[in-house]
Amino acid sequence: MTTVESRGTLRIDVERCKGCELCIPACPPSVLRMSAERNTKGAAYPLLAPGCTGCGACLLVCPDFCFEVYQYRDPVLHEVSP
Amino acid sequence: MSQDSLFVLNTDGPPGEAANQVGALEPALLLDGEHDLCPGCGEPVAIRLLLEVIEELACAQRSIGVVGIGCYTAFTGLIDVDLIQALHGRAPSVATGAKRMRPDSLLFTLQGDGDMVSEGLQEVIHTAARGESVTCVLLNNGVFGETGGHMTATTALGQRTKNSLEGRDAAYHGHPIPIAELLVPLGGAAYVARGSVADARGVVRTKNLLRRAFEVQLAGQGFSFVEILTMCPTGWFVPTAEGPGYLDEVLGAGQRLGELKGAADPAV
Amino acid sequence: MTRALMEGSEAIAAAAIAAGCRFFAGYPMTPFTELLENFASKLPDVGGVCINAESELEAIGMAWGALATGARAATGSTGQGIALMQESLSEITRAELPLVLFHMARGQGDYLQATRGGGHGDYRQIVYAPIDVSEAVGLTQLAFDRADHWRNPVQIYGDYLLAHTSEAVDVAPPNLDSTAASKPWAVDGSLGGSGRSRNLNPLGMEKGSKGIDPESFWKRLQRKHEEIERCEARLESESTDDAELLIVAFGSLARFARYVVRELRSEGARVGYARPITLWPFPKRELAEAAGNVRRIAVLEQNAGQMIDDVQLSVMGRVPVVGIGEISSDPAGFGMGPLLDPSAVRERVESALREQEVAR
Repeated sequence: MTTVESRGTLRIDVERCKGCELCIPACPPSVLRMSAERNTKGAAYPLLAPGCTGCGACLLVCPDFCFEVYQYRDPVLHEVSP
Repeated sequence: MSQDSLFVLNTDGPPGEAANQVGALEPALLLDGEHDLCPGCGEPVAIRLLLEVIEELACAQRSIGVVGIGCYTAFTGLIDVDLIQALHGRAPSVATGAKRMRPDSLLFTLQGDGDMVSEGLQEVIHTAARGESVTCVLLNNGVFGETGGHMTATTALGQRTKNSLEGRDAAYHGHPIPIAELLVPLGGAAYVARGSVADARGVVRTKNLLRRAFEVQLAGQGFSFVEILTMCPTGWFVPTAEGPGYLDEVLGAGQRLGELKGAADPAV
Repeated sequence: MTRALMEGSEAIAAAAIAAGCRFFAGYPMTPFTELLENFASKLPDVGGVCINAESELEAIGMAWGALATGARAATGSTGQGIALMQESLSEITRAELPLVLFHMARGQGDYLQATRGGGHGDYRQIVYAPIDVSEAVGLTQLAFDRADHWRNPVQIYGDYLLAHTSEAVDVAPPNLDSTAASKPWAVDGSLGGSGRSRNLNPLGMEKGSKGIDPESFWKRLQRKHEEIERCEARLESESTDDAELLIVAFGSLARFARYVVRELRSEGARVGYARPITLWPFPKRELAEAAGNVRRIAVLEQNAGQMIDDVQLSVMGRVPVVGIGEISSDPAGFGMGPLLDPSAVRERVESALREQEVAR
């Protein structure tokens, strides 16, 4: 098991997402990936992996206002399978 | 390593652990509701910055926006600022009359490139030359988005639009007009800047340009102007994820970003 | 204010300012230019703003912005410049803004432009055509009042002769209701962030809506214009009861027509006179009444025949209508033609009395 530290996290309003995918390359630690599932618009939406820094880049580039960004008071550790 | 097992974080609501919210879902000056602009459109990204700056300057109750006609016009239904709708290209003259009668207001125009630089070229130039105390904001994606993606006066050489499918060709279509550079020599233009929303860094810098432009107006220093390069993957015939790259490489090729005139600190 | 000798343009500007006009924008063009000059010199004295716009399109745009903030504002031009303003005139009517437009024409050839408009879609504007400088003062002040009352543009149709004739006039603030009325619809920024912020637009769009609502907006505008049409028509008439021939004229030329009709009347001719003061709404009912007993109507206008259609519509074929005017201008094209002369007018009226073909 590997430990990944998240210094931040997100609330994602997936129903607003139109699947433009601009957030994916915008994320510096690359912890966003588009889902396989679709929302009610028929669009894929971003999923969050451990490692978020709470930088807010996703929020800055999102045209549909899908992201709420948080920074943890104390970093949260996630155990992930290697 | 299983890819799926990495992506297990719950993002349905705020975190259970102690955390500070550092980014709100929407700007305070946005009304409830969703806009109908295309996936990957740069305009909402730019408009968000405008609304955040107005809020941060505590100017919501003295702001008047004069809106042109383009894709962004439909967005105005969600903007919680007093607005006046103008005709295509004609926001600067309306802004002039409004500001002269309400000199204490924070007066801005919101126009696309087809609106401001094709139809309304003389209006923005005269308004700048006269040094009217307004801020003109240009959303530049190099296309007439609302009517289907045709060439405008700012379409870049080589840029694909519905009537320049092989890319704009100087010999056949003529050259684009760099409106920001045209305004720089005018005595009444106190602040001229260009930003881009193609990436997070550009977004942050563009917000600073907008803030500075409004500060110039509030200080009574004259006309201020911010051009914002925005993505239009629909008009450019590219997948949404390629919009920023196309913006950097084609629309924005050779375009100087930053403060072209009126920088507080010339080193910026 | 005391009675003073004033040139038409000067009197109109003074009248507008006395009525509370605090914004004017314009582009110089004969015979509108002196109006711009007068506003430019007088408005700063009352804390108002006059801008020399770089085009007629920008002039009306600036007036639009000033109106949107609740100010009393005006612009104007002559026919060619009014032509450039047509899109804005149509949309300003739709945005329900109280613009006063000074249409200083080069003669009477802009009647159709003023009354039908060259703008798109269904829209109507009140058009007042003053006969002289005194009436122009009163109608200018009435224009601001009616514009605010109806939230609709109002035009003053003047011409070179009106602009440059000097008369003794009394320009005082008008005693009309709407001068001090508040305008809650005016855009001043105050509702920003309230959730109820304004969107002053020509499509009746509300914040939060996804588009226009044609049924409620366009039709409401139509009903407003129908009501204006019922309420605002004005006609001046003289000696019509026993007239056999009715002379119909408007504006400056009507001054000569009225003079000639009075002269002929004093010589025993059974001729009457009617003058639409509002070109729109055209006083159809009033004119039909004035023409009640006449055998013939002769329309004297300084153009190829524009108002004559409205006269025909007023009497609906009951009385024969003939045109006794024509295009008449000077070598510079400003409308100061040979028809603006009592002898020339008398000759035409006499021919009409004799039911002869008008000698042209």
